[in-house]
Amino acid sequence: MGDLFSNLGLGFSVAFSVQNILSAFIGCLVGTLIGVLPGVGPIATIAMLLPITFSLDPTGALIMLAGIYYGAQYGGSTTAILVNIPGEATSVVTALDGHQMARQGRAGIALGVAAIGSFFAGTVATLVIAALGKPLTGLALLFGPTEYFALMVMGLVFAVVLARGSILKAIAMILLGVLLSTVGLDLETGEERMTFGLAFLSDGIDFAVLAMGVFGIAEIMRNLDHTEHRDVVRQAIGRLLPNKDDFKQAYKPAIRGTLIGAVLGILPGNGAVLGPFASYTLEKKLAKDPRRFGRGAIEGVAGPESANNAGAQTSFIPLLTLGIPPNAVMALMVGAMTIHGIIPGPQVMTKNPDLFWGMIASMWIGNLMLLVINLPLVGLWVRLLKVPYRLLFPAILMFCCIGIYSINSLPTDVMFIALFGFVGYMLIKFGFEPAPMLLGFVLGKLMEENLRRALILSRGSLETFIERPVSAGLLAVAAILLIIALLPSIRKGRDEVFTE
Amino acid sequence: MKKIALAFAAVAGLAATGAQAQNFPSRPITMIVPFAAGGPTDVVARIVTDHMSRTLGQQIVIENVAGAGGTTGITRAAQSQPDGYTIMMGHMGTHGAAPALYPNLKYDPTKDFAAIGMAAGTPIVIVAKKDFPANDLKGFLDYMKTNGEKVNMAHAGVGSVSHSTGILFNSIIKAKPTMVAYRGTGPALNDLMANTVDYMTDQIVNVAPQIQGGNIKAFAIATPERSPVLPNVPTTKEAGLGDYQVSAWNAVFAPKGTPPDVVKKLNEALVKSLDDENTKKRLLELGGVLPSAEEKTPEGLQKLVNSEVARWTPVLKAAGATAE
Repeated sequence: MGDLFSNLGLGFSVAFSVQNILSAFIGCLVGTLIGVLPGVGPIATIAMLLPITFSLDPTGALIMLAGIYYGAQYGGSTTAILVNIPGEATSVVTALDGHQMARQGRAGIALGVAAIGSFFAGTVATLVIAALGKPLTGLALLFGPTEYFALMVMGLVFAVVLARGSILKAIAMILLGVLLSTVGLDLETGEERMTFGLAFLSDGIDFAVLAMGVFGIAEIMRNLDHTEHRDVVRQAIGRLLPNKDDFKQAYKPAIRGTLIGAVLGILPGNGAVLGPFASYTLEKKLAKDPRRFGRGAIEGVAGPESANNAGAQTSFIPLLTLGIPPNAVMALMVGAMTIHGIIPGPQVMTKNPDLFWGMIASMWIGNLMLLVINLPLVGLWVRLLKVPYRLLFPAILMFCCIGIYSINSLPTDVMFIALFGFVGYMLIKFGFEPAPMLLGFVLGKLMEENLRRALILSRGSLETFIERPVSAGLLAVAAILLIIALLPSIRKGRDEVFTE
Repeated sequence: MKKIALAFAAVAGLAATGAQAQNFPSRPITMIVPFAAGGPTDVVARIVTDHMSRTLGQQIVIENVAGAGGTTGITRAAQSQPDGYTIMMGHMGTHGAAPALYPNLKYDPTKDFAAIGMAAGTPIVIVAKKDFPANDLKGFLDYMKTNGEKVNMAHAGVGSVSHSTGILFNSIIKAKPTMVAYRGTGPALNDLMANTVDYMTDQIVNVAPQIQGGNIKAFAIATPERSPVLPNVPTTKEAGLGDYQVSAWNAVFAPKGTPPDVVKKLNEALVKSLDDENTKKRLLELGGVLPSAEEKTPEGLQKLVNSEVARWTPVLKAAGATAE
């Protein structure tokens, strides 16, 4: 414990230098502003802004990049709430209830709760990393392909529970998502699957393209087809910041979300992506009146946003303590560190304690900065909704096109958001929910690859999933959840959960 | 910002198509890196172009166009205006292994480029899980002879450096392990550290920290000399497998038809960058190998590309490796 304090002391002494505070502030500000652009998520933002850190010393550079990361992550949630465009997998859940809140004139409250929930989660996650970073490293190594497959199965069960309408339609959408995720080069054999010989499909469909299409573009089409609906957004603006009652409703989900997100964030292979989905599912299950979910429930913003931020931060643990990046953003951080002459690995903690602890301390400072930057901005964002929709939608559309092009520099991605936008619009019209499809898409690839990897390693024996305790445990939880969801008699009021 | 700069560069390009080569470069140059930002090739590109930009007096803007083992970005770069304003960082995969891996490849590494010069190589290291029952390459080879069936080899996906170099390694030692594919080096290393898979071959920059930290074992490094980053790891020659010599080289190319004096200017800037102490230091810290005087010339690089294509094609075809 004494060690923890002296280490954090060292960290804060590094992070509190004027230059590093400035780095954190600039990082968070730039990250937020760029992250707000639809489609430009953390990966694109960091890749674009990497060169501006070259002139800084490594600690300052990493603090700034980490700031950009949180900032972009947070900015993505802002777009999800305001215009229903999730910038990345983790803000899909925020869009569900956050955007509904915005439609009801409660955009300010949603944004405020997201900011405060994120700050709380960030504070807790910083402490978790500082105190438990080293011992928790083992958890990352405990998860092999077998365990990962089991975790993904559990994730898909969440997707079933997530659904608002008919359960059959939800399952159909999940399977469609899984199917879409199999487009592209097969990882094990290198064969192309479902690409129709089109070169741009050989690397599969980008998540951002799918999400922007079925959420963002479809939303624009829906708003344009019945004019009376869109006015709801700009009708009443309401309070800008959450009040006591809102806090009362939000604090428990935020605490639960933080815990879930922090644990899942440590897992390799992008476990953090499950955090917001798991938190949403839990809140819906615990709620007295689950029908409010999907219609602007504040818990549906507070929980997932906290889980999102906690996971974003604890996913630094495998990077900082092992040097193994658990997801694409962290892989980019590895590159940034190597460019600055620091090769990430188990030695960073002992060889560069200034950098290691300085960065951890700066995480907290970064979260504070986000709060300071974002609370005043809430008013500005909300006022943005007052802009007449006929002026707003061409701007959103243009930013979508620019944003999506900037990710891979592929013109076909721009065409694809139009296609998926049309598909998304049809889905909404026929009463299908796009959210389970996106979860299926994200989990499908991980699930398939890990299933095959596990079976290759076990030489085809399915027993491997039961023999390994972690995997057996996760599969059991998944089975129980599924039974609860499918059998109406077990849980009173299940009809209220699944039908409108 | 970068995009805006690119847009301006594109507009300026239309206006200045007929510009004289002696004014080169009069606007920012785009370097297409065919891999995601942050990977080994991207890092080498950013370190080398940092100094090149200063010599040329114009910013070299890195554009990451990832996909299909780097061939998407290289295809695009090969088809761009051969005026020196679009160059690329090719590597062992895109300009050596790709013709065998991608039967429908839209470019020919030996014909469609104006070679500029080698930037840096990153040596390949043979690594195994901590609990592997052998401690050196000889013990490993003996073990493979009797237990070859049981062994799992990890790689970072078909078309990746660890995949191609792993196939070459297996063909030399005549081993047929079960291949387990991962999406990138990170997850593969994670499972190697967790003792889930047995061995792999990969670039030094990816594996060195884990070797130093004692999380995995290193059997040999596939270069003629030991690396200062891993002084205790013997070369393959020392360990008795001199045939396995391989490095993931990264080199700068321009599209075919780029004027010779432009190529010369770019080459001079590259050589100057590689002679710079700071650039050298940063590349060596990564475990990189600096190119020889010959490899730094366009002719030397072209020779290497020809020999690499000739070397990889039979090995990969024999293993039935294809990515299409």
